[in-house]
Amino acid sequence: MKFSLGPNLFFWPKTDVEQFYQQAKTSSADIIYLGETVCSKRRELRAKDWLSLGRELAQDTNKQIVISTMTLLESPVEIITLKKLCDNGDLLVEANDLSAVQIMRDLNMPFVAGPAINCYNLSTLKILLKQGMMRWLMPVELSGDWLATILNQAVDENIRDQFECEVFSWGYLPLAYSARCFTARSENKAKDDCQYCCINYPQGRKMNSREGEQVFVLNGIQTMSAYQYNLINEVAQLNNIGVDIIRISADSEQAFTQLDKFKAQLATPKTFSLDTDRECNGFWHQIAGMSVG
Amino acid sequence: MELLCPAGNLPALKIAIDNGADAVYIGLKDDTNARHFAGLNFNDGKLAKAADYVHQRGKKLHVAINTFAHANGEDRWKKAVDNAVAIGTDALIIADLGVLDYAANKYPEVELHVSVQASTTNLEAIKFFKNNFDVNRVVLPRVLSVQQVRQLAKTSPVPLEVFAFGSLCIMAEGRCYLSSYMTGESPNTVGACSPAKYVRWQETEQGLESRLNNVLIDRYQEDENAGYPTLCKGRFDVDGNVYHALEEPTSLNTLELIPDLMAMGIVSVKIEGRQRSPAYVEQVAKTWRMALDRCKSDPDNFQVDGAWMQTLANLSEGSQTTLGAYHRKWQ
Repeated sequence: MKFSLGPNLFFWPKTDVEQFYQQAKTSSADIIYLGETVCSKRRELRAKDWLSLGRELAQDTNKQIVISTMTLLESPVEIITLKKLCDNGDLLVEANDLSAVQIMRDLNMPFVAGPAINCYNLSTLKILLKQGMMRWLMPVELSGDWLATILNQAVDENIRDQFECEVFSWGYLPLAYSARCFTARSENKAKDDCQYCCINYPQGRKMNSREGEQVFVLNGIQTMSAYQYNLINEVAQLNNIGVDIIRISADSEQAFTQLDKFKAQLATPKTFSLDTDRECNGFWHQIAGMSVG
Repeated sequence: MELLCPAGNLPALKIAIDNGADAVYIGLKDDTNARHFAGLNFNDGKLAKAADYVHQRGKKLHVAINTFAHANGEDRWKKAVDNAVAIGTDALIIADLGVLDYAANKYPEVELHVSVQASTTNLEAIKFFKNNFDVNRVVLPRVLSVQQVRQLAKTSPVPLEVFAFGSLCIMAEGRCYLSSYMTGESPNTVGACSPAKYVRWQETEQGLESRLNNVLIDRYQEDENAGYPTLCKGRFDVDGNVYHALEEPTSLNTLELIPDLMAMGIVSVKIEGRQRSPAYVEQVAKTWRMALDRCKSDPDNFQVDGAWMQTLANLSEGSQTTLGAYHRKWQ
């Protein structure tokens, strides 16, 4: 089992990003994903900055470095940037939209299919394999049983060795993408005049019910879970069904502690009780995502 | 430009055709389509009747098989494709790559439309579907501005269909797990958003409350109209400020964009609402038919009739309509 640090989904100042990845260098992650996946207006780091940061990490560590790409691409300019990232020459790429899959196929380069690619079954997985997918993350709403079914089918068809399987296992879940910027809306700003206000919310903005129940996190055009997804008690199961990589989302510096905590579960498994006001694992157990199973 | 109307049952389908629809789209009676509601949709017998009615009048039938095939049930989606082709559907509307692959290989003569649920928002993604499945049409998600649609229409190797009227999905379709996060069931997996079985209404001292799987979605004062608690259209609290944090209850209405859409070469305008009544279908089909015909005869002087707007507003959520993402300011 390997452990990865997922892309940071929030918008942080450049110095904070750089500091975070300095720490990531000495973290226990085997794989580091980095890049902007949510909003093309977030340009504290531009495409070339992400690539040079990626190369620096690749040079200074033995970790595998992967460039993560945007999920909702709407304009030709965004596609140009995407092509630059995809055709970077040396670093592996995570596709989060079929546009990136198409580009990687044209380049004849292998890619990681991120959790925003809708792969719900083996037939779809086989199509992605034909395009060059070398690693697969299932959509976050799917369960452990659903995943096990697909992985078993892949074994039966003798294709299980053609891809790695990674699972989003800890952090705020990316749940939805919109044309509308909800953070700008929360400040009564238009999206075209957002003043990059996401930068003021390094953990997004909590959206609660009128009874104070935490429901979602507003993160620009992305809506996230208000509770942190936590599969700490499912590490053995992930291992048993043939998952290759556990992903810890780069929510904050807490991610580094979580990496160690998850890793320790392999050697000496412990049962942790989840805090139902802060954590969830419902998706894995095929119940309401925000609940604990 | 085709007028494509929804039908959740045979009476709605007949009314759509009788009131000017060029084509009607329907779903089968199971979780293979994104409006999988009790009492709605077509069994095998009704499916054949629907095809007959439409074809006898020289119109077209599209069958939506647009949820994502379950890992342990792919055959159900394949069978849905087989059944739709057997009754002579003119087009299949599909979101799942595996199902598209099956349909493209087994029935190369049948038109394939990429469902809105496939979230195809740019040229490279359109190329993906063209290259892999030789699709005949792409239905664009309701996240693009009219400028972005125009740009795409200029360069797309595949004809484009857009949503013209009806309930407004504010998230990129097929990429929203808000409903499963709250209830365990989502459009992608079950074919329903904010499913009715999780809805609860309660009169309280603070007002009428709507809940989805126990989460408070909205609370209404006496003078307010209560709407269905679709979870993205409730009022929530962001740092002490209570408002429609994601979206108001409102419907998409693009009557005023008709000349633009025609000029761009959009091949079809889609009306949302397979879950709505035959009366809704009748009013919307009639109004849009009039508007499209008037624009076609004199596009330069096309003006939206106030009476059309009134008719459509009365059929809309919260009795209000918006241009949604087509209008940049909405975003």
